[in-house]
Amino acid sequence: MSALQAWAIAPVLLPLVAGIVLLLTRSLGLAWQRVLGLGSVLALLVPVGVLLGAVGEGTIAVHALGNWPPPFGIVLVADRLAAWMLAINVLVALFALLYAVQGSDAQGRHFHVLFQLQLFGLNGAFLTGDLFNLFVFFEILLLASFGLLLHGGGKRITRAGLHFVVINLTGSALFLVAVGTLYGVLGTLNMADLAVRAGEAPAGELSLVRTAGLLLFVVFALKAALLPLHLWLPAAYANTTAAVAALFAIMTKVGAYGILRMESLVFGGSEGPLAALYQPWLLPLALLTLAAGAVGVLASRGLRRQGAYLVLVSVGTVLVAFGLGSRDGVAAGLYYLPHSVFASAAFFLLADIVARARGPVGDRIQAGPALPRAALLGWLFFLAALLIAGMPPFAGYLGKFLVLQAAVEHAWMGPVLAVMLVGVLLTVAALARSGSQVFHAAGEGGGMAPEAERPGAGRLLPALALMGLCLLLTVAAGPAHEFSLAAADQLADRGDYIQAVLGHGGGR
Amino acid sequence: MEALIAIFVGWLTACGVYLMLRSRTFPVVLGLTLISYAANLFLFATGRLTTGQPPVIAKEAAGYADPLPQALVLTAIVIGFAMTAFVIVLALKARGDLGNDHVDGEEP
Repeated sequence: MSALQAWAIAPVLLPLVAGIVLLLTRSLGLAWQRVLGLGSVLALLVPVGVLLGAVGEGTIAVHALGNWPPPFGIVLVADRLAAWMLAINVLVALFALLYAVQGSDAQGRHFHVLFQLQLFGLNGAFLTGDLFNLFVFFEILLLASFGLLLHGGGKRITRAGLHFVVINLTGSALFLVAVGTLYGVLGTLNMADLAVRAGEAPAGELSLVRTAGLLLFVVFALKAALLPLHLWLPAAYANTTAAVAALFAIMTKVGAYGILRMESLVFGGSEGPLAALYQPWLLPLALLTLAAGAVGVLASRGLRRQGAYLVLVSVGTVLVAFGLGSRDGVAAGLYYLPHSVFASAAFFLLADIVARARGPVGDRIQAGPALPRAALLGWLFFLAALLIAGMPPFAGYLGKFLVLQAAVEHAWMGPVLAVMLVGVLLTVAALARSGSQVFHAAGEGGGMAPEAERPGAGRLLPALALMGLCLLLTVAAGPAHEFSLAAADQLADRGDYIQAVLGHGGGR
Repeated sequence: MEALIAIFVGWLTACGVYLMLRSRTFPVVLGLTLISYAANLFLFATGRLTTGQPPVIAKEAAGYADPLPQALVLTAIVIGFAMTAFVIVLALKARGDLGNDHVDGEEP
């Protein structure tokens, strides 16, 4: 086993071991839990960095668990897409955890255990090359997310949590049926092998494969909060604690990742009856999601709910880019994805900081008491709004511009341009209103609220760092976009992936 | 036998969907359970229905029972069990926190 193969399993093992150790050593106190949790996330940066470096050169790292040769055993596969998603995940997790250790992790038990298991599930979902294993990792990340969502409690979160849990469990049942159908028809669960056998499927079985593929699409659309399956998202994200909402900014992207992976690998290829199976559905639904999200941003009465709808807008934009189906479209989506995750996470953290600084008014978008450190908070909010709305000169603007550029040749150019531009307009208008209400009109009725919490460096720094990452994506737009283009190329030419997996250890 | 299994899976799913659409948390939990039973039964049947066949391929055997769906269904049952336990606890918590067992937390 080469060293690279060992690195491919490290992002899965590390949080699992950390989670188990945290569970066993809970009696050692919160300080120890914080150190171990942060240490585990920091340590994750090493394998993710190594993988990112290796896949940058075009290598696809394959780890066959238990050395069972594919397609019989379970494989973990790190290609450019997987490593890209892993890097985004670990970075956003690091800053969400840094924010959580400011106090919200003490509101309930087992926060750090659940956080590590959530990372275990997320990393596994990005790395696995086996469809049933993907189901298992989805369940792990779901169960951890249920716990994290309800962490800290409150009546509203119980209600939103119930909806979140029930709809996700229904999705899990659909996932099982889809996996079963694919196995029943094609006789394999390895995704690379599925791609080969789907191409060879007899004509009589095609409708079954297509049904299973579209069932999987429904499941991933549910995770991605694609319209009309988005209704669980706003209440859940708006009522949970800020650090958890920031981490969940990546959760909808798992669904987007699933759609992209299945569309490019199993239902990939340029021709054949199964090629581009999701194409007729993805683009229209993504446009509707974007539109619904933008209207939601405008209609929100609280900053956190606004953040939740901004997540919807960002997932809509990413899926519009993927839905264009071209190499440029996928690359634009992959470039925009990290920016949107970091910007949404920063927005959730800032909304929480503002809510704490305003006392009883909380995050409601209305004139409230004066804010401590008002100028600093105001400027930070202004910057976050620019980042998340996609205003020039930042990466959000570049990403949206690349999506529009990719759409120019597409048959749906008109609707894509219209919805995206109107979406940006609505977002900017809504955020400008929020900013003027919360910051400009503040303090008209007197001084600060007595409960106002002065935002300390510990809370501000994670939000600042996330915005710094967005700026880094702007400055390093060239290399980042080149990497996205290379990832899109690798997805378009699925032969490499199939060869890397099935050629591993002899193949079949 | 195929028809019988198919009818059972369909019947379980239909009952599950009906219960899922109820407005009280307990029927919803039952509905989820029935749907996951249906999914498990379906998964079990994807290895084709055979009787009296060995699970491992032998030279003298006429055929074999596919062992993989049985492993899958075992995993799915365990996960489904944990999930059901979680939903029940959550439904009880909602009953305690919100004072009623309506899925929206308030009487219409």
